Amino acid sequence: MDKKTFNIILTGVGGQGIITLLQIIDEAALVEGLEVKSSELHGLSQRGGSVEAHVRFGKKVFSPMVSTGKADLIIAMEALEALRESVKAGKQTKILVNEYFLPFLNSLPKEEILKQLKETKKNFYLIPASQDCKEKLQNEIVCTAYLLGYAVGKKLMPLKKESVMQAMKNMIPQKYLDLNIKAFELGHGN
Amino acid sequence: MKKVLLGNEAIVRGALAAGVSFVSGYPGCPSAEIGDEFGKIAEANGVYAEYSTNEKVALEAAIGASFSGLKSLVNMKSFGINVCSDSLLPLAYTGTKAPMVIFVGDDPSCWSSAQSEQDSRGYAYLSHIPFLEPSSPQECYDFTKLGFEISEKFNIPVILRVTTRVAHQRAIVNFEERVKSEVKGEFIRNPHQFSTMPPRVMEMKGELLEKLKKIEIFAEKSKVNFIINKSASSKLGVITSGISYMHTLEAFEEMGIQLPVLRLGFFYPLPRKKIAEFMKGKKNILVAEELNSYLEKEIKAIANDMGIKVKIFGKDILPEIGELNTDKILSATAKIIGKKITTFKVKQINLPRRTARLCEGCPYWHVFPVLKRIAPEGTVFGGDIGCNMIGALPPHNLYDYLFDMGAGLGISHGVKKSTSQKVITIMGDGTFFHSGIAPLINSVYNKSNPLVIILDNRITAMTGHQPNPGMGKNLMGKDAPELSIEEIVKACGVKNLKVLDPINMPEFENTVKEFLGKEEVSVIICKRICALLARRQAKK
Repeated sequence: MDKKTFNIILTGVGGQGIITLLQIIDEAALVEGLEVKSSELHGLSQRGGSVEAHVRFGKKVFSPMVSTGKADLIIAMEALEALRESVKAGKQTKILVNEYFLPFLNSLPKEEILKQLKETKKNFYLIPASQDCKEKLQNEIVCTAYLLGYAVGKKLMPLKKESVMQAMKNMIPQKYLDLNIKAFELGHGN
Repeated sequence: MKKVLLGNEAIVRGALAAGVSFVSGYPGCPSAEIGDEFGKIAEANGVYAEYSTNEKVALEAAIGASFSGLKSLVNMKSFGINVCSDSLLPLAYTGTKAPMVIFVGDDPSCWSSAQSEQDSRGYAYLSHIPFLEPSSPQECYDFTKLGFEISEKFNIPVILRVTTRVAHQRAIVNFEERVKSEVKGEFIRNPHQFSTMPPRVMEMKGELLEKLKKIEIFAEKSKVNFIINKSASSKLGVITSGISYMHTLEAFEEMGIQLPVLRLGFFYPLPRKKIAEFMKGKKNILVAEELNSYLEKEIKAIANDMGIKVKIFGKDILPEIGELNTDKILSATAKIIGKKITTFKVKQINLPRRTARLCEGCPYWHVFPVLKRIAPEGTVFGGDIGCNMIGALPPHNLYDYLFDMGAGLGISHGVKKSTSQKVITIMGDGTFFHSGIAPLINSVYNKSNPLVIILDNRITAMTGHQPNPGMGKNLMGKDAPELSIEEIVKACGVKNLKVLDPINMPEFENTVKEFLGKEEVSVIICKRICALLARRQAKK
């Protein structure tokens, strides 16, 4: 990759597997010999509320956090959280959204969320990752690997497929590895 | 070895490399990964690790280990230092025998903390204990080793003050394998050093202050207080510490400038001479410091004492509330050097807030709605720390006050004594063992009658499922005596007591109604396993 640091924001709802996704990206950057820093939240902030984690990699990284407007890629695991994060997207920011809805008290209806997403005129990639994983793999939770596969396949993220595959092998317990690789491939080929 | 590690994992590696043999603590955020990791690896590494009943007990356990010749690490979140401070202050006087490092995790912006946005550095002044502040996971590793080194050299405990953005930051860390540690110590009698009875205590204070002078000389020479871009422009120098150092470098990168920076790894004692040298000849100084203005005040005093003419900026252009970031430091820097910057404008949209919520199947779903529905109008609700805090949020909106661990019942007693209103107060099993027993005894002894609901979900859940004395397991996964909350409550003199499964709603409802009419304090123990834990156990 070139000199510039690559900035990713991961967003979604606590419990959706954001930290695992972050760990795989961190590891893939290490495999590629890059410097990497990431920032995450645990505890109360993780209990089903909105969560946001940051990953930055490149030749030289100082702060573990992405400055407002400076994200190159936002990966949102849930549609309303994508909308919430979209206000921090700059001109260069691509937003990969899992077309998936986790409603809560006073939440907005699906149609309204999709309508507002379109109205922001930001650079969205709306992907039915959870739905596809559920139909083809009978497992929704691996949508993180699916989205990662999609991001790598569509070159939304400057990491090589081999590095990410290696990172998954290093980070994911053996009994879940196959399923995650399948989800990754599914997203990658989409 | 070279790996991507979480800051807290790097602390564990640093302690192992320093030869730690005794680890105690109490789980919280952002510190729990330290104790949790030791729980998994302690036995294989010949280390003893425990979660103690609270942070005070944890510190005292480590003091015992230190006096017996074992290297110890204590871990806690910010508020833990409040709990253990009663033993922390005399420990500074006695000093340590074997080295001790105390990890305190502060949480600027209160990402996972109720209570207060605490800046624990203030305890340096109160206790006279050296404070180190790492800026990165690599420094978490290096500073843990350095902490043990300083502790060994000066026979004083060393506090590692780490914030969320460092403790929960992942980055590449170079580390070495563990050093073999002592497994058994020996306590050699030395009341002259270990007992703070007056008049000896006054002498000890003198010894402590002497020690600190020597540590300040050590700090002056230490590589963890360093200057970068020394020869750059003299218009502005930045003095910073912790994560703010990283944001400062990032801000320079974004602005395409290089300014001199003094990074302080020591918060206490400060290298006063080094700070003075750095300021000399500069026009302006920016103190880029998160939360309280401790450094700023010290630095202003140093400039004043040494007659250095320099304009010092700090909390006048940086917020005292909330964590700092690159944007904030960038704007402050630009303001001082008069550089025009374009800031990214966030277009506000009005979206419903998604707050933390009870997990699917959580036993508390059976408790909160019932209480809300059947409590007579005017009933006062006390909350406490743990998963039950979620009762303060929608859709429950249950609590009238929420403070720190064990405080719910303590305050409820006062409300009950002061009013004729009904009071229902809630706490978890973890909190009961941590600090819930003393206020229960107080309610019985001083005759008030709140209804206490103990939500016993069989684990300390909020901080990531740590064991507690009610579970029959300890941190290292070994069998332990299972303490019965019911028997303890009885022994405290509580007459009205019921243990039930809250899923049985009529029984719960009837008991609440009955107990609200009692003249004495009453307790309902709602015993039902945490839903996440139950699912995990079913998988095994």
